[in-house]
Amino acid sequence: MERIPILKMGEYLLVTIQVDMHDRLALTLQEDLTSQIVKSRARGVLIDISALEMVDSFIGRMLGAIASMARLLDAQTVVVGMQPSVAITLVELGMSLQGIRTALDVEKGMVALMSSIREAGEDGDASPEF
Amino acid sequence: MAMRVLNSESIPISTAEDIVRVRQAVRRSAVSLGFGIVDQTKIVTASSELARNALDYGGGGTVQVEVVQNETRSGVRLVFEDQGPGIPDIALALTDGYTSGNGMGLGLSGAKRLSHEFDIWSKPGSGTRVSILRWK
Amino acid sequence: MSSNNALADVFEKRENEIASKWLELQFADGRKASPTAHTEAGRRSRDFLSALKNATRKDGTTDINGKEWAPVKDFLADLSAGQAKNGASPSETASFVFSLKQPVFAALREEHGKDATAFGDAIWDATQLLDKLGLLTTEIHQKSRESVISRQQQEMLELSTPVVRLWENILALPLIGTLDSARTQIVMQNLLEAIVETRSDFAIIDITGVPVVDTLVAQHLLKTVAAARLMGADCLISGIRPQIAQTIIHLGVDLTNVTTKATLADAFAVALKRSGHSVVRDAAKAGAPR
Repeated sequence: MERIPILKMGEYLLVTIQVDMHDRLALTLQEDLTSQIVKSRARGVLIDISALEMVDSFIGRMLGAIASMARLLDAQTVVVGMQPSVAITLVELGMSLQGIRTALDVEKGMVALMSSIREAGEDGDASPEF
Repeated sequence: MAMRVLNSESIPISTAEDIVRVRQAVRRSAVSLGFGIVDQTKIVTASSELARNALDYGGGGTVQVEVVQNETRSGVRLVFEDQGPGIPDIALALTDGYTSGNGMGLGLSGAKRLSHEFDIWSKPGSGTRVSILRWK
Repeated sequence: MSSNNALADVFEKRENEIASKWLELQFADGRKASPTAHTEAGRRSRDFLSALKNATRKDGTTDINGKEWAPVKDFLADLSAGQAKNGASPSETASFVFSLKQPVFAALREEHGKDATAFGDAIWDATQLLDKLGLLTTEIHQKSRESVISRQQQEMLELSTPVVRLWENILALPLIGTLDSARTQIVMQNLLEAIVETRSDFAIIDITGVPVVDTLVAQHLLKTVAAARLMGADCLISGIRPQIAQTIIHLGVDLTNVTTKATLADAFAVALKRSGHSVVRDAAKAGAPR
């Protein structure tokens, strides 16, 4: 069965979406990612969508779901490389992807991911004080 | 204004892969008319939303992808048809956030915002027909 | 349509005579023409006459939509488009065709002057034909002007939206003039593309030079901010004058999620700070004589 590969780099997972995904493929990616986060004890997920020529509400919803599920599993998600035309269209469509961190490219995405993991860690450390 | 259809292609929508096929056909038509990248993306995204609606709520259907032209401009027109249960309250269905399924309810209203012209006919029990047009 | 063949006969028999009279008429309005302009007009007139002769011979009607008329119409299309670009008026362009009437009528009188019916028919056909062709030039003239105008509009749109780089990762877009929907869309797209090209984390939209902000403009600004955020960049708005602040509140536009600053300098300072830069004044140098 067709699958989108998930690369493991240390405590990070990297996904590069390069195909025009049909809905089942998107759902499979969602499942694969959540199980990978648990299996590899990943702290961060980087999703590169720079090759995507279109993000509709289904794919947008999937990205949101991945970010929320990852957060439950104590991992941060950053979506990188969205094309201007895709961003303009998504805004027009009425989706703002609230709750998803974004960055311009993989390099900036890694920086954002690290700082977001640090922030999450600080929150975690702070809680025992109460 | 007389509208001429320069090119027309019918695509069935019965599987998730068909939605991808619809997107690709719409992209081809938009490119053939010289649409800019933003306009291409808008009509392709709208087609994806409506194709999924036809599949998920209409139990499948067809789309007619047309390249049209009138005296002053040309554009891409898409006519989606299904024989599903139909939409009892169209105004409600066009409200942002309204959904009868598990989506976010942006399909119809979003597709409308992404097009220049939007028409919908629906009769409970006999199906839905949605037509959108985006000018170059 | 025998009389149209009469027209064709006249064109064939008296082509040179018509051509020379016509050329005289084209320069009869007292315009001073250079010798090259004269040669050019002569060549143009002969070419047109010969196209006209062929078309009347092959197509016995005055319906210029027939396929035999294509070369004549193409000729006029080129001519009108060229004239329009050079700033000639539509009537100047049309008079090229209309001035042909007099020599053609004269030639027809020479041929058929004694037969009133044949003469009348031939004149009628000639009038119809030349009127249609004259009107065609006006139509083409107008269309070419329209295309010139729309091209200029396009060029103006591109000129009016420069994206400038303030720092390695900070862009600014100083907007000047009225924003309509079409222009805002191009502005938006240019800015977002520049963000990708320059890998800028911050973009400042400065609206100091925008006279009026209505709901539509405010919404376009908000959409640009939202789209930039989706791409991973931060968009700030500066140059909000008191009246504009009032309008925005009055219109009920929610800008609470957008960083807004009174001046471009303030917004630039925010962007520098957020990206970890700080500007320090060197007191020793500032005090030193220049």
